[in-house]
Amino acid sequence: MTGGRRDRLAGFAFVGPFLALYAFLLIYPLFMGIGLSFHRADLFGARRFVGFENYARAFADPIAWQALWNTFKLTVLIVLPLTAITLALALALNRATRGAAIFRGIFFASSVLSVTIVTLIWRFILTPDAGLVAKIVTTLGGTPPPFLSDPNLTIPALAITTIWWSVGFPMMLFLAGLQQIPADMYEAAALDNAGPWTRLFKITLPSLRRTLILVIMLQTAAQLQLFGQAQLLTAGGPSGASRPVVLLIFEVAFGRWELGYAAALAELLFLLVLSVTFIQYWAVGRAAKEER
Amino acid sequence: MNPRARLSPAALVAVTIGAAIMLAPLLWTILLSLKANSELMRDTASAFSGPYTLENYRAILVGSSVTHWLLNSLIVSLGTTAGVLILCSLAGYGFARLDFPFRRSLFVFVLLGLAIPEQAVILPRHQLFAWLHLHNSYPGLILPGLVAPFGVFFMTQYFRAIPVELDEAAMLDGASRFTLFWKVLLPLTRPAQATLGVFTFLGSWNDYWWPLISATRSARFTLTVGLASAQMNYAQTSGLGFLMAQAVFASLPILIVYIIFQKQIVAAMAGAAVR
Repeated sequence: MTGGRRDRLAGFAFVGPFLALYAFLLIYPLFMGIGLSFHRADLFGARRFVGFENYARAFADPIAWQALWNTFKLTVLIVLPLTAITLALALALNRATRGAAIFRGIFFASSVLSVTIVTLIWRFILTPDAGLVAKIVTTLGGTPPPFLSDPNLTIPALAITTIWWSVGFPMMLFLAGLQQIPADMYEAAALDNAGPWTRLFKITLPSLRRTLILVIMLQTAAQLQLFGQAQLLTAGGPSGASRPVVLLIFEVAFGRWELGYAAALAELLFLLVLSVTFIQYWAVGRAAKEER
Repeated sequence: MNPRARLSPAALVAVTIGAAIMLAPLLWTILLSLKANSELMRDTASAFSGPYTLENYRAILVGSSVTHWLLNSLIVSLGTTAGVLILCSLAGYGFARLDFPFRRSLFVFVLLGLAIPEQAVILPRHQLFAWLHLHNSYPGLILPGLVAPFGVFFMTQYFRAIPVELDEAAMLDGASRFTLFWKVLLPLTRPAQATLGVFTFLGSWNDYWWPLISATRSARFTLTVGLASAQMNYAQTSGLGFLMAQAVFASLPILIVYIIFQKQIVAAMAGAAVR
């Protein structure tokens, strides 16, 4: 490539606008947030440096632990069924038929809706007086379960709503993974008279390992940050029984305006998400190496 | 597995039940939106039978805030999409083709952004925008969406895949760097622009948390925030049918985008997979 001073200037002119915004709107706030977490900063009153006080408070706060436990339950209740369902869907719909294409379109459609619309729809599926489930259960002679107010049912209700909303993306990832398995592997298996289950466990699933790790890790990182569904559908209630960490951060920051404490909670969650992301990079990289 | 083979009957039944679970909530919403509010107030089961009416949709079009929120969403999403395409194409070309100091380290620096989730920066960003008086404004809603490290990565990869001989030929003809970028290479990246564009539009259209805290006045609500407020303030008096008609109305633009750009969306998903 022809170098020179003009090229260098041109280089900065092309990448400069993005880098400026990137530094100002992502990197600077990232460090601002770390700084904020070491301060007592309320809506009114001066900022005061307090060292690790906000972090100590977080570790001693039963509400924060409750939110973390809720987040953990939500993540498990969403990621495991979602992975199994979308893997099964991808296996069933990895076909070049018109019917399979229509089914794929149906299963992906919910993913393009916003969280507000999804919760609006599911509120009137689950609500015990007017919801669709209630109408069906009552017709069958039962009593509709109070999905949105029973502390044992709110987290499953959020999980079901989220799974319904999220099947499209992991299904597409699995389909993309299936497309990459060489056809001759199956031809060789056919010559060996391998049955469908043998082919599934000896060829398909081992070849999908990288995608499987990717789906589980991406979904885990996403669900650790679940927010809108809980805020809109259950408001984290009853008495915090379905309040995930991000909703707690939101309430502490924009309800109580304790920005320093909210920032400390956000940094702790960030560490958790970051470790999941790094495990993902490491595990996917390792799986890719072993495939070669 | 033979990709042309038919599904086994058991699998077909399972997939059909799954599809019904995916579609039933949508159909139920549409049915509710077509009923008179007074009838639904007595019993929502009335949605299973007529008479149906378009009254709720008429109420949206005349004198509700929903059309205004739709316009805000369009401005914000189109602004974000245009901005992301411009910034990421420029940066992608720069990183792929130009030689300048710290190029590699700067590229790695951008990739690190992929690991920073929104919740880690949203509180300080909210403060920052308050100092700059950017809340309740279109720039305030658009600017955070312009920071798209994935878009830069995606465009860089795409520019790298274009043969360098093209550049050299154009340079011999005396084209400047910018002419080369604008006239020769950019048109070749159209498929990538479509993919990144649709992806960005979807993300921006459905964004919830940032507009929720940045646009606090109804005049600047996007559809997601507007519908959230309608949902929160919902009382039997405001009308269930009207509420559900808003949900259907708000989903229409994005479902239309989805149907038209299905191919690009799938490509974008596959692109995220190789990341």
